[in-house]
Amino acid sequence: MTALAGRPSAICARGLRVRLGGVEILHGVDLALPTGRWTAVVGPNGAGKSTLLRGLAGLVASSGAVELLGRPLADWRGRERGRRLAWLGQVEVPSGDLRTYDLVMLGRLPHLAWLASPGPVDHAVVEQALRATQAWDWRDRPVGQLSGGERQRVLLARALAVQADVLLMDEPLGNLDPPHQADWLALVRQQVAQGRTVVTVLHELTMALGADALVIVAGGSVRWHGACEDPATHRALEQVFEQRIRIHPLEGQWVALPR
Amino acid sequence: MTQPRTARYQSALLATALLLASGALLAAGAAVGSTGASHWTALWADDTAGQIVREIRLPRSLAAWLAGALLGLSGAVAQGLFRNPLADPFMLGSASGAALGVAVVLVAGGGVLSAGFGPHGLGLTGAAFAGALAAVAMTLALAQGVHDSLRLLLAGVVVGVVLGALASLLSQLSPQTLPAMQAFMLGSTAMVGWSGCALMAVSLAVAVLTGWMLSPVLDGLSLGEATARSLGLPLAAMRLALLAVLALATGAAVAQTGLIAFVGLAAPHLVRSLSRPMAGPLLLLSALTGGVLLLAADIAARGVLAPQELPVGVLTAILGGGYLLWLMRRGAASGGLR
Repeated sequence: MTALAGRPSAICARGLRVRLGGVEILHGVDLALPTGRWTAVVGPNGAGKSTLLRGLAGLVASSGAVELLGRPLADWRGRERGRRLAWLGQVEVPSGDLRTYDLVMLGRLPHLAWLASPGPVDHAVVEQALRATQAWDWRDRPVGQLSGGERQRVLLARALAVQADVLLMDEPLGNLDPPHQADWLALVRQQVAQGRTVVTVLHELTMALGADALVIVAGGSVRWHGACEDPATHRALEQVFEQRIRIHPLEGQWVALPR
Repeated sequence: MTQPRTARYQSALLATALLLASGALLAAGAAVGSTGASHWTALWADDTAGQIVREIRLPRSLAAWLAGALLGLSGAVAQGLFRNPLADPFMLGSASGAALGVAVVLVAGGGVLSAGFGPHGLGLTGAAFAGALAAVAMTLALAQGVHDSLRLLLAGVVVGVVLGALASLLSQLSPQTLPAMQAFMLGSTAMVGWSGCALMAVSLAVAVLTGWMLSPVLDGLSLGEATARSLGLPLAAMRLALLAVLALATGAAVAQTGLIAFVGLAAPHLVRSLSRPMAGPLLLLSALTGGVLLLAADIAARGVLAPQELPVGVLTAILGGGYLLWLMRRGAASGGLR
């Protein structure tokens, strides 16, 4: 476990257990994710990746301890936590009636007083987020009329509009075509360069290997947590996928290919 | 930067149009009756006719508007709360609960209150209201809380079916209550007086105000449950409060006018097809639209077969069903019912 030591943790879990429908999905996970870094969570189907992310975000009932920015998750007030931690879910489809612009503005909810109208700062942030995901052109269209990939970019803009220190994304690449996957990668890099912490669950191993650190989850526990360029991480990844993949260097990045 | 303003302008325009339509329809409602349409200022001068207008037509027209507004608001709350465009105000079992309450009182009273369920029996009105609230409470208890929408919906279906069956059984056992029971099931505004209007007006004011205050929760929920929670919205408490609004508004409408179909389902759809407001304005506009719809239907119900009167619930069921069918075909063409 060559965790990236020396940095304070953005999110830290100790003995995190989650039960869903009477079945224990996570069996006591210990994990410390450093600030200002992009961590990718990977693993086979049904390993508990999404559940882990939800547990870290405090979105499922769990036992064990989770700390956000050095403070127990339970001690945060809802709106305060909402300003520091943004969530982009995997399967959540927004109701199709909202305009794109209004939907992205919902990311400002934790910043606004109850029932208050958004101010100029909020409008500026929403515009910036929509432009960052190249969704500005559809700001007036209802979300229900967008394609899957377009909608995914709008949802990403909604998460960016929170301007949170910690950004958790479950399968954010769903429906994105390769150019927009590249844009997403640049966007994540930019967020991390601004000092933000990004945690993503990813199926695309090649994309995940572009992160700073990899958390490998299998069977409801963390099998490995290490830097992406570390050969030991590659071996652990190959092992968890039963040697059915091989990791190769290609043009300055790592590529996972089936074998 | 202009689009939020455009949206607000559109909503304001729609609200103005709906208010004007409400005023015009109330005036028309006072003029149209079983004696045929006539100029209502002339009626006001004539004593008997004036009394008909003041004591029957005006209150029943206002009652139709208020009941429609309550149902439209409930529909918008239910659809937002359950994130389901097909949610309607009665889906937590309130309709069947109200029916059972009415059946119990009718059977206990030996069916003598068969003239109607409005001014004659505060007992009937109260029983319908209590039955509606009890049914919602039962649904909440069965669903073990408000945190699981699917469980709430299923519990609502169960409570609705079982209470509805009990109500049918009761009225089957004492056939003399059947006409009154049927009048309730079909829905009618014919018997509502000023006191009923006052009750509904107060309920509407409370429901609209509370609904507006809680509207950010509905906005957040449109993103999905987990995302709404990640934004720091206190979902559990506010959901319970919204369910209370739903129960109050449907209970108040059902208690006065019986089961009126489709207004609560169709009003929010109609609003969304004309404008795309956030939850707060949607609640207001749905209430106004529901009022206009039911009042228009009520006037039509009085006029179509005059001097015979069509139960307004039958008319709204036919019109609302047709509208939804049209919406479905249009929705299928543009990729899904929204």
